[in-house]
Amino acid sequence: MNILQKIGVLLTLIGLLFFTIIPFLGSYKLDEETTIKNTKEIHTEAMVEVLQPMFGKLYTSNLSFISSFKDHFNSYNEELKANQEWDKVIWDDYTFTLTKAASMGPVNDSPLLYLMASIGLTVIGGLFYILPLYRGKPSGIKNDGIFFSSMMARGWLGMLTGSYLILFYIILYWFPEYLTNLVLMVDPLSQALSGGPASQWFLYGFIYSLAIVVMGLRMFRKYKGNKYQMIRTSSVMFFQLSFAFLLPEILVLLNKPWHDFKNIWPLDYSFFYEYRIEGMLNSGALGMFMLIFGILLIVIGVPLFTYLYGKRWYCSWVCGCGGLAETLGDPYRQLSDKSLKSWQIERYLIHGVLVFAVVMTALTIVNYFMSFELLGQATEQIHSIYGFAIGSIFAGVVGTGFYPFMGNRVWCRFGCPLAAYLGMVQRFKSRFRITTNGGQCISCGNCSTYCEMGIDVRWYAQRGQNIVRSSCVGCGVCSAVCPRGVLKLENGKEEGRINDMPIIIGNDSVKAKV
Amino acid sequence: MAGQIVILGNGISGVTCARHIRKIDDQVKIIIVSGETEHFFSRTALMYIYMGHMKYEHTKPYADDFWSKNRIALKFGWVDKVDFANRHLNFDNGEKLAYDKLILATGSKPNYFGWPGQDLKGVQGLYSLQDLELMEKRSPKISHAVIVGGGLIGVEMAEMFSTRQIPVTFLVREKHFWANVLPPEESKLVGRHIKEHHIDLRFSTELSEIIDNGKGEVKAVKTSSGELIPCEFVGLTAGVRPNIDFLRDSELKTNRGIVVNRKFETNMPHVYAIGDCVEFTEAPGPDRKIVEQVWYTGRMHGETLAYNLTHEKQVDYKPGIWFNSAKFFDIEYQTYGFLPSAWTHDKWSFYWEDKEGKIALRLLFDEAGRILAVNAFGWRMRHAFFDKAIKEGWPADKVLEKLGEASFNPEFYDSYHREVLKSYNKEKGKAVKLPKKSMFQKLFG
Repeated sequence: MNILQKIGVLLTLIGLLFFTIIPFLGSYKLDEETTIKNTKEIHTEAMVEVLQPMFGKLYTSNLSFISSFKDHFNSYNEELKANQEWDKVIWDDYTFTLTKAASMGPVNDSPLLYLMASIGLTVIGGLFYILPLYRGKPSGIKNDGIFFSSMMARGWLGMLTGSYLILFYIILYWFPEYLTNLVLMVDPLSQALSGGPASQWFLYGFIYSLAIVVMGLRMFRKYKGNKYQMIRTSSVMFFQLSFAFLLPEILVLLNKPWHDFKNIWPLDYSFFYEYRIEGMLNSGALGMFMLIFGILLIVIGVPLFTYLYGKRWYCSWVCGCGGLAETLGDPYRQLSDKSLKSWQIERYLIHGVLVFAVVMTALTIVNYFMSFELLGQATEQIHSIYGFAIGSIFAGVVGTGFYPFMGNRVWCRFGCPLAAYLGMVQRFKSRFRITTNGGQCISCGNCSTYCEMGIDVRWYAQRGQNIVRSSCVGCGVCSAVCPRGVLKLENGKEEGRINDMPIIIGNDSVKAKV
Repeated sequence: MAGQIVILGNGISGVTCARHIRKIDDQVKIIIVSGETEHFFSRTALMYIYMGHMKYEHTKPYADDFWSKNRIALKFGWVDKVDFANRHLNFDNGEKLAYDKLILATGSKPNYFGWPGQDLKGVQGLYSLQDLELMEKRSPKISHAVIVGGGLIGVEMAEMFSTRQIPVTFLVREKHFWANVLPPEESKLVGRHIKEHHIDLRFSTELSEIIDNGKGEVKAVKTSSGELIPCEFVGLTAGVRPNIDFLRDSELKTNRGIVVNRKFETNMPHVYAIGDCVEFTEAPGPDRKIVEQVWYTGRMHGETLAYNLTHEKQVDYKPGIWFNSAKFFDIEYQTYGFLPSAWTHDKWSFYWEDKEGKIALRLLFDEAGRILAVNAFGWRMRHAFFDKAIKEGWPADKVLEKLGEASFNPEFYDSYHREVLKSYNKEKGKAVKLPKKSMFQKLFG
């Protein structure tokens, strides 16, 4: 590590420290006007009455403000529930909105300063560390010392990082009111892009995109000389920045529904939910296009592109989850479990989630067309179960928080219903395979070790067999780390793609079927 | 087959043989004996453990429960004698193990050429897991390392030390790197790349003495030019020889290795030998050596012997087109067919190297212009392509024309075959053209 990189690490740590303490800065004061402004008309009267005791009172921390808010709000709702006055109960959660509105600390006064001190320093520090990496070194595989690293081989640094990520996701999903200061920091940016204030999701999208860009630059350093990795990384950076981050905000600016055009059902599990369909149907020609394009992707895009290129066209070139895994998650790819057991679990789990998503969506659509006579509001219960268990816990908390524990593709491998769908096409009807180069394999194990999907690549390579597996996302790293040039990702004729009884080239005495 | 087969050695040869016997014969009892490790691991991956790319677990090609699932028993222990008369192995702890058929697959060990001081602490080769552990243990004490012998293990060792920022002096007897195998151009290319990694590479230099620091540890080496190089580690990597010392004074016929025929039969009934430890009575093919010490040949020996042990009809070991591969720091090397360091006038070659001197291709042809062999550096080549081309003796022009198909480089890599073809046409006064690719092929591969 040179001096610049050491400074980089220091800056990143300072940035992260700020990021962690900023939520607790400032004081909070609520008044009637703010309350009226930030609640729905039907709730205004009740909310003003409920929160009356808080008005004008100065709270010196978000903890005390939120606790007081919850006391008042919950006791109001509890009483109504106890009296079975269900129609009066306020189901909307105003905690985040009102906490944000009541905030009056230094972050309000100079959001950009705090943005720079936290996320800004983290990014700059990251760049200081990343850009000098491997400078002056010949291009080649840069895996030296990975298994001696506390960060990358489940040492205390990795554990700490994983725990921090998990904590961040839990707060983001279920207690966003504690993050209001962080959201305030990005308010100006959100205003500039979409004309509206930032939500926790805007903050998340912003951090997410930055992580892909900064760690994408790291990929450029690490895999320099490998054009496949360069182009693939540029692709995920592009799709994240444009399709996932900027375009949806611009749509909002144009008064259209927030929409990520590259997010495909069933990964985008809410695509057929009533509010989404209504949103699209009420947005004129563009909305209609969203709906039709989304459906075309599902019924034609996925099978066609997967037939031509394998599921990699999506999973490691376009997808946002994949994008984060391939950039931020790259240092952890070697931690995926390669055992047969985990493969068995994987197949049950991922197809289970697919079935769940399909059944849920089918019920939702049927219910919608029967004007809710079939199940009434019951589909919403299913939606919230799926959203909680799959959308939040599996894809978010586990999906990213477990990078340093179980590798960077836990969600993609065990949970993603779209990956399951793409995988079926890839396994049974595709031109894509990883070709094994005759008899050149020396069973060293680099391919299996660095496979983020936990595929035991060597098992196939050493038998001279092509790798045709539904889970392969085509990241190309097995081919990159192979010291003997044994593996090549390619699209080609279907004939001979799957060779169950391979013969290793080189021995003319016997045709040894492996 | 009745009785029990005991395989001494759990390397690629022994393990391949065991697996292939089991595939055909469901019943026979198979026991693999090794004192090195309990389970089969990939010896070629030892360097990656030292460099932190992998842990020992990752180098095991089969999960630990593979062996019990396939009913292949593993016996962990060192054998110090084979009692051929009574058909059993004697272990160093006094245990005995009876066999009905014995397969010796004991591998090789580093060459020690009787250098003064070769038994000092800090002087070692690199072959076994124990060697690696020794090297690991020694590493904190090393401020400078000397490697003797310019072969594949030497360059691996240099790479290993360079990942730990340990300066290396690399003594090579020949005028170029691996000059007994590589033609001069290739040899120079590798030499340049090794130096690019800041290795102090000394050609035409031999080791004459290893000097004691008074405590039984290495302090320095003296080279053939009389220079003293202070060091705490000396890597002896001047090739390997069959690991058969414990069999020397027995009825088993040995020479450089255990002497076998083309069916891997030794002079003792029911005793076979395969892999690195073997010496053939006659070379198994033209341009083949009588001692083959390569991962791939070990595997083929195992396959062939397993076939003979499970079939009535016996076959001779008949290797196909020679192939091999290696990696010199960042430059991969593949070869197909036999390409010597120099050739006679009835053969001719075409050599191409890229501008940066890191990618190279050599094709060797016979008088009639039929392809005999290829060396590729920094350019992955399709095994099946060259196996076929060489077997069928494709004419030079055809090989050059189809070179695009031969390339096994990852997608989006620059395709060098245009440049190669241009240079070939110019040098040999030809006008070979590339086949046209359809739009579909361009888009979809």
